[in-house]
Order: sequence, then structure tokens, then C-alpha cells
Amino acid sequence: MSGESTYTPGSAFERWLDVRLPILRLAHDSFVAYPTPRNLNYWYTFGAILSFMLVVQIVSGVVLAMHYVAHVDYAFDSVQRIERDVPYGWLIQNIHSVGASMFFVAVYVHMFRGLYYGSYKAPREVLWILGCVIYLLMVATAFMGYVLPWGQMSFWGATVITNLLGAVPLVGESIKHWLMGGYAIGNATLNRFFSLHYLLPFLIAGVSILHVWALHVSGQNNPAGIEPKSKEDTVAFTPYATMKDAVGLCLFLLMFALFVFYMPDALGHADNYIEANPLVTPPHIVPEWYLLPFYAILRAIDFDILFIDSKLGGVLAMFAAIGVLFVLPWLDTSKVRSMRYRPVARQFFILFAITCAALGWCGGQTPDRVLLQTGPYVKELIDRNGAVIATVDGQTADIATRAAQQRINALGPNVAETVRTREPYRFTVTQLSQVLTAFYFAFFLLVLPLLGLRERPTQIPDTIAKSVLRAHDGPAPAGGKALAYAPRDGAPPPEA
Amino acid sequence: MARSLIAACGLGLLALLPGAASAAGAAKEIPHEKWSFEQVPFGTFDRGALQRGLKVYLEVCASCHSMNLLSYRNLGEKGGPLQAVQGRDRETGEESVRLGAPGEGFKLINANDNPYVKQLASQYEVSEIDQETGDTVTRPARPADRFVAPYPNDAAARAANGGALPPDFSVLAKARHGGASYIKALLSGYVAPPAGLEVPPGQHYNVYMAGDLSSYWNGDPRKPPYGGFLAMAPQLTEGRVTFDDGTPATVKQMASDVATFIAWAADPNAETRLSLGFSVLAYLSIVTGLVYAAYRQVWKAVGH
Repeated sequence: MSGESTYTPGSAFERWLDVRLPILRLAHDSFVAYPTPRNLNYWYTFGAILSFMLVVQIVSGVVLAMHYVAHVDYAFDSVQRIERDVPYGWLIQNIHSVGASMFFVAVYVHMFRGLYYGSYKAPREVLWILGCVIYLLMVATAFMGYVLPWGQMSFWGATVITNLLGAVPLVGESIKHWLMGGYAIGNATLNRFFSLHYLLPFLIAGVSILHVWALHVSGQNNPAGIEPKSKEDTVAFTPYATMKDAVGLCLFLLMFALFVFYMPDALGHADNYIEANPLVTPPHIVPEWYLLPFYAILRAIDFDILFIDSKLGGVLAMFAAIGVLFVLPWLDTSKVRSMRYRPVARQFFILFAITCAALGWCGGQTPDRVLLQTGPYVKELIDRNGAVIATVDGQTADIATRAAQQRINALGPNVAETVRTREPYRFTVTQLSQVLTAFYFAFFLLVLPLLGLRERPTQIPDTIAKSVLRAHDGPAPAGGKALAYAPRDGAPPPEA
Repeated sequence: MARSLIAACGLGLLALLPGAASAAGAAKEIPHEKWSFEQVPFGTFDRGALQRGLKVYLEVCASCHSMNLLSYRNLGEKGGPLQAVQGRDRETGEESVRLGAPGEGFKLINANDNPYVKQLASQYEVSEIDQETGDTVTRPARPADRFVAPYPNDAAARAANGGALPPDFSVLAKARHGGASYIKALLSGYVAPPAGLEVPPGQHYNVYMAGDLSSYWNGDPRKPPYGGFLAMAPQLTEGRVTFDDGTPATVKQMASDVATFIAWAADPNAETRLSLGFSVLAYLSIVTGLVYAAYRQVWKAVGH
């Protein structure tokens, strides 16, 4: 895609600058003349939305840092001072905290879009991996940012996550203390998290530049998943893609504003408005919504696997859930990029999306919450002859035990000799998380590798232009024979 | 497609199943009130409720609960319970000061000069260091001072309250699920404990308090009562305060008013936020329409 430059300097100054620093040529070739596939849909506007959100977060964050005090005694109050006394501080603070959530909304749409249209496949593996690096940096930045307001969830979330690193064999404890700057989460932790929270977004910006560079080398993928073959398949970035991105961004901003002004706290947790207290543990500690699926995977591993204990197993599973994305280009064996032409893969994709949402739900629940129970707990009171003299039941083990004790007391001393318990089968959030976690990994490690070898894709249009005209002009496009590629066993891949 | 949809429905149903264990230790569900300050798009605090709520806080709650993040001046700032205006009456031509919102020739008084705030602040004593002698001296509080806390520190607060720490009220409405509705429900949720419930000394039964009552419950274990215990005794009794505007001081009224005041204190910019939000959304809608029209124009000749 990095073909001949079409830039022609218009004025004497532009000609002068062009031979010294061709920055206008770079901008023209990258954001004006750059050819984009003409069939990009609104899912493709999230790249521009993400660039915009990064700028919003950096600008609002820099302003907040002017007022924030990174000290355990003042951090909580300083955020409140921003909300109350800094002119429009409440607005800047809401934009930054809601903005973090919106950033993740956009990045998840962007990632699922890439997954659906096969944007990770050759020649875009490096583009995809750079995207995964950005996502990983975003997670780290968001996690450290959530610690800064120094509320209860900030403190205990940091405690839970840093403790996880202690599970790493041999060096875990050292890494944990090194990261915390002491033996517990404290002022040293808060200060280094603030410092890193300020630093990482600039790394994100740097990797984003590489991401866009890689994009401009390989060219954009598109909903048809086929490469542009002629000028007819593409349009100039400006005004075509620019205007479409602008529409997507405006719609996104409407949603953003709705949360900032009308539901600023809807995506957060009430406990984070209680100042951090190392002596009081909240009833259940949960991360922000965008990390809940990984939290569910972490907690799903509540059993030891050979020599790996459950804690380390959970940590490994959680990191593997992100790590698997990095090798995705080599896991998917299908020659067809877009799932638009992969009917079976499309169904698995929908299941996968539901799995991720369901994991998110599980991450927000208490792990022992019962979802299904075959019946009550039954306690049989048995006398010395072995005969059942009474049965009591209760929905939980605790209630059944209390009910049995009451009955024993009512019967009088020494009447009931033994108590036999019949436990129902219970399906808990942890078990649901295990099923979902298994499917999450199976999707990447079994479904995508095997399906690509066996699946029969539907007809793929031979050019982007024809895919577009087919959709708009009915079944018979101009030229007549649009569907030249009819896959059959042993047929060459469409891009060959 | 059909198979995956069925699977999705199955998962959805699973999520709807009630938790079997949720019967024990649950607080009664909070009735959600329609607060005027939560109305979309133009929510406002009820001025009367804010002033009555301030009175309930100062006369009842403030003897135990601090409000450390607020200064007296906040009460007189725009939208606060003691915001006051100054101006000339149109008919009599007399210069006057009154509580209320600006308008009709009346201008908002700077909170630090607000006579109502000054008068309120002066009833409290704050300590400071005398710059001549270095001694600690006390003086009447000024609007710029933070609310004077009832106890010098948390330890003193615990000691005076049987070991329980009365929470600070500054952001309480945001720190509790249900916000103002929860506060109102809790304050009016004290009922006589059901027969069979042993209330430990120093504790009080409240249907809206979260907690596990099973070890205090001698009745049917399968039907534990709602609610929990809290160290705070019921404070709002009929007629505990006398409202200046003649509103009868029922428990519900006082609970509702003080909940409004606490919600305001947690988010004094709520009114500005809602009204600015409407303008921003209106503006963005227009921009979106224009951008969409431009987009249609640009792509008119290109099939896509």
C-alpha cells in the first residue's frame, strides 16, 4: 500500500519544506490519498474512535495530575477537592473515569471486529500483535489508574492483584515486594502507580504509531476479507473514510456524554467512595467491569493441577487468556479471512462473544453463589434403632443444620441418636465460570485450528467492488459473473 | 445460527434463576424514590428539602457524624441550601438580602460574605495557632473553615459510640448502593424486632440494614427475618426538630429531607451537571446530524 506518493506541493513554502522535512507529504500520503477499501462498515470506525479516546484520556489526565495529590493521607480528599473546588473539575474527573470505560468499550468492539473479519491473518500478524500489546498496556494503565482515587476498591483491588504475583514460584514474593515498594500496599505503591499511570499512556501512544504504520504497510482489511485488486476497490481516505469515522465518532460521543452527565457513577463501584482502609475488607472485591471476564477466569481455577496449585493455576489461566491472542494468527488455519463467508465459524464466534459476556457476569458475582440446585438439603434424624424419626430440610447447609438442631431440641434429650445428611447437587458461579473458561480456550485452541481445515466456506466475491455492488444492486451485478470463486474440496484459496 | 441462539437463550435463563442461598441474611429491598435531583434531563434539588435537611443534620446527625470535606461556604454557594441573593425590591425600592436563587434584579452573594453562612459558622469554635505567642487559641468559625467535626479523632468517635465509628457524611450518598433512597429507607426502617429475634445489647434492628441474623434467630430457620443490626439507635422521632417553614416533622419527612441534603453534599454540582449535559447532548445531536448529512453527500456517487 505504500506506493508512489501523489503529493504535489502547492505553494513555494510547501516546496521549500518538502525537500527539508517532507512532513506534509507524509500526512498527505497517510491520511488523505491513502487508499481504503470502499466496503468498510461502521465497525471499522473504532480505530479512529480509539485514537480520539487516547487523546481525551491523556489531556484530561494531565489536567487532573495538576490537582491530584499522590499520598495515602490526601489522595482520596484531593479527588473530592477536584470534584468540588476545581472549576469544572467534576467534568474533567467524570470524563477521565467514564473515559476509561469508554476506551475499553471501543477497544473490545475493535478487537471483536478484528476477530470476526480475520484482520489478524497474513500479512497483518504484526499489526494484530501490536494491537495486543496496546491492549495489555491499557489494562496495566487502567488498573493503576483505578488505585489512584484511594478508595476501598482501589486499595483492595491492588492488594488482590499484587498478591497474585506472589504465586509465581521462586521469584514471586520478591517481585511482589518490588512492585509494592514494601511489604504491603502503601504510600510507596501509590506513588509508583501514579508515576507509571502517567508514563504508560505515552508508551500506548508510541505503540499506536507503530500500529498505524503496520496498518499502512499491509493496508486495511475489510468486511469481505479480500485484498483490493484495482482502483475500483478503494476510495481515498479523505474525504471518504474520514467522514465515515466522523459519523462513528459523533455517535460514540453521544453515548460518552450520556454517561458523563447522567450516569457518571453507573460504571463504578459504590465502595470506592469509601476511603481506603487496610483494616476493613469489603464483602466482595471486584475489579472494574472491563476486567471482570479475566477475574472470572482467575477464580474459575479453584483446583490444583498436578504440581501447580490453584492460585498459580488461576494466574496462569488469566495471563494465558490474553496471551493466546498473541498467537491467534497461527492458531486459525482457515484460508478465508472474513467470517462472513464462514457459516460455522460465525456461529462459534457468536458463542464466543456470549461466553466473554457471561464470564464478565460471573466475575461480578460471589463465586459460591448457587445458580441451580436439585433440591433442599435434607437432614434425617435417626434413633438408636436405626429408624428415621423425622426429616427436616433447608435451602442451604446452614439452614438445614439449624432446623435439625431445633427439631432435636424439640424431641427432647437422647431421642435422636444420629443425623444423616443428603446434599443436593449445586451448580455455582464457579462451576459456570469453569465451563465458560473451558470454552474460551477451546475456541482458540481447538475450534479455530480444526475448523479451518474442515469448514466449507460459502462463495466469496472476487473483488471488493463486486461484493459492494452485489449487496446494493441485487443478485445480478454489472458484468454478470461476479461469483467466480465457488469453493469445493481442494480448491485454491481465494487470495492465492 | 439457530443452535447458537438456543445456547444463548439457555445461558440467559441460567442467569435469571434466583440464587437458592439468597434467602438468608438479606436486607429488605429499598423502595426507590423519585428524587427531584435525579430527574433527567433537568433535575434540581428541592430548596425547602435542602434547608430542612441541613437543619436535621445540624440538630440531630452532626452530634456524631462529621462532614469533613465540606466547608461552611459550600452551603452558600450556587445551588446550596443557604444560597442568598442581594438586590433592590422593584416595588419598594429597598435594598434587601434573602435566601433563594438569583433573578429579578437579585444577585447571588459570594458565599464568604453570605450573612446566613457567617451566622451559622460563628456558632462553632475552631482552634488555631496564635502567631504572636504560638499558643493554641480558639475563635469562632468563618465560612472558609471546614465543618467542625463532633470528635477530635476516630478513636474518640469509637469510644463515644460503643466501638462503632459513625461514618463521615461527605460522600455517603455515593458510597452506598441506592444513594439517597437507601439513606431514607434506613432512617425510617427501624421496626420492632420480630418475636424470636434476639437483639444484642447496644445494637438496633433495622429491616434495610445488610447483615446475617441467623445466629440471633430462634424462629423457623427457613424463614429468617429481613435486615440486620446497627449500632445507631433510631434518631428520628416524630417532632425531633421544628422546621422553620412549618412542615410537620414526621419521621418520613425528616428522613427524606436529610437524605436530600446528604445527596447534595456528596454531589453539589449535580444541577450544573444535568443542565450542562442537556446542552451538550443537544449540541452533539445537531453535529451528528450535520456530519451524517455531509457523509451522505460525500458517498453519494460511491457504492458501498
